[in-house]
Amino acid sequence: MMQNDIKRLSLILLFAPFALWIVLLIILPHLGMFYISVQEKVGPRMYEFGLGNYINFFAEPIYWNTLIRTGSMSLLVTALALLLGFPIAYYIAKIAGNRTRGALFLMCLIPLWVSDLIRAFGWILLLRETGIISSSLQWAGLINTPIEFLYNDATVIVGLVYTVILFMIVPLVSTLDGMDDSMIEAGYNLGGNGPTVLRRIIIPYAMPGIVSGCIVVFMLTAGSYLTPILLGGKNSSWFTEQIYDQFITRYNWEAGAAFGFLLLAFTSLVIWGGLKLSGQTLNSTVARS
Amino acid sequence: MAIKPNTAFLTSYRLYVFAFFLFLAAPLVAAGMFAFNDSLFPSLPWQGFTLDWFFNDTEPKLGMFHDRRLLRGLYYSFVIASFVSLLSVFVGTCNAFLFVRCKFPAKDFFYIMMVLPLVIPGVILGISILLLASNIANGAEEALSLDLDFLRPGIILVVLGQFSFITTITSLVIIARLKKFDESMEEAAFNLGASRVRVLRTITLPYLFPAMAAAGIVAFLVSFENFNTTLFLVGSEAPLTITMYDRMAKVGSTPVLNAVSFFLMVGSALLALVSILVQRDKPQT
Repeated sequence: MMQNDIKRLSLILLFAPFALWIVLLIILPHLGMFYISVQEKVGPRMYEFGLGNYINFFAEPIYWNTLIRTGSMSLLVTALALLLGFPIAYYIAKIAGNRTRGALFLMCLIPLWVSDLIRAFGWILLLRETGIISSSLQWAGLINTPIEFLYNDATVIVGLVYTVILFMIVPLVSTLDGMDDSMIEAGYNLGGNGPTVLRRIIIPYAMPGIVSGCIVVFMLTAGSYLTPILLGGKNSSWFTEQIYDQFITRYNWEAGAAFGFLLLAFTSLVIWGGLKLSGQTLNSTVARS
Repeated sequence: MAIKPNTAFLTSYRLYVFAFFLFLAAPLVAAGMFAFNDSLFPSLPWQGFTLDWFFNDTEPKLGMFHDRRLLRGLYYSFVIASFVSLLSVFVGTCNAFLFVRCKFPAKDFFYIMMVLPLVIPGVILGISILLLASNIANGAEEALSLDLDFLRPGIILVVLGQFSFITTITSLVIIARLKKFDESMEEAAFNLGASRVRVLRTITLPYLFPAMAAAGIVAFLVSFENFNTTLFLVGSEAPLTITMYDRMAKVGSTPVLNAVSFFLMVGSALLALVSILVQRDKPQT
């Protein structure tokens, strides 16, 4: 009896911080955000229930175009990060020797600890008209006039891939690490060539890591603020910029809340779709520890 | 080695890996190197080596250690990050015991709830917490004429906002370690007559400590570099990332920002190294 009471008490004591955290900082704020997003301003300090903020969003093409643009560019960034990161993860997990493996993995992690701001700052110094690349090309005599590499979509994509690729590589390395090399050898012994082994053995095995990496990378990209603005300039048209604009510049919190909710709904929908397509669950990928 | 590919393939593969790490390093090197260039602008040509951007105390080359606003930003970042890491390690440890040791209904559902903050965009966490806090503060002011100042943008909201998603990270780190714990060690201690508290204090927590320390360092670093969530919750006490962004937007990039970047890179690299060293403690784990 005594033992049971202690168990129940410790369960309650352990559950309390968890519940406070999730309810007060995650659930209530999101419910509140939704509630505010369905308020319409009808007069000074007068509000009414209504879908006006959402109707405005769909009536103004610039808003939903920005969301679609943010979403499609984020998908592109995710695909590029997977394409570029997979060989690196495979190299670290399977090809590199024991000693280089640790060193390479650490080198992958170092940029992770430096803020988005400094990373974008570095890219600005490299790519702007008076930047290192432009100056070096001039010095080498390859170009005559300085070239501006900043403020276009390609630069934004390079910057975003750079910022997020580590979140792709880390889960990939940890799944590939768990794979037995003999599985790959068996694939070759059974007559498979490189691409077949990759397609039939390695990729299916790495699927949880791939999906986990893709989810985190997609969310980070769609929700990023600094990289698109600093590298894309004033007209980078990123959706988080619209949210900031509604909140801080126009002080229209109702519309801002609606935009925030739309971004959340949109990204959740994409992730849900991705999980369904790949046959994975949130529990088997991101939550796997 | 798993695959034995031909040499040409392996060589080009290695070249790709090398090029990739060059890509990783390039912007960081660029951000760091101009901190030592004796010029008013962070751009080529190289004007000679200087430490002025760190230590000089007069305009126009005011070094970072004499720049009041940057130092204040650094201080606020430090205060915020310390609170966030203490709080999130505490809740993360509770979560680890909750999810590894306890049995309760709908555990899988709650586990997903715990992971969820990691996949909510930072901007949205920021605005949703801002909205709720302001609504409560406005409500309290109108109904009770109470002035709940701590619910207005400021340090407390920044700490709460960062805590809301960093706790997921610390929980996952600590859960991973607690899962590897051999419970027979605890049972042995109970059999020897130790009390519950004593077992926790002398066996379980010391075992968990490396993970808690590593989680704390990770939390500190993530808090220090956070921008998206902080942006909406910040009051007059702006942490370093916000101060730097302001400076960049208003004054443009100046080498003093390179000095701060260099300082932060070295600091984070050292902390990251410490977190790796504490986690790799005894061979038995």
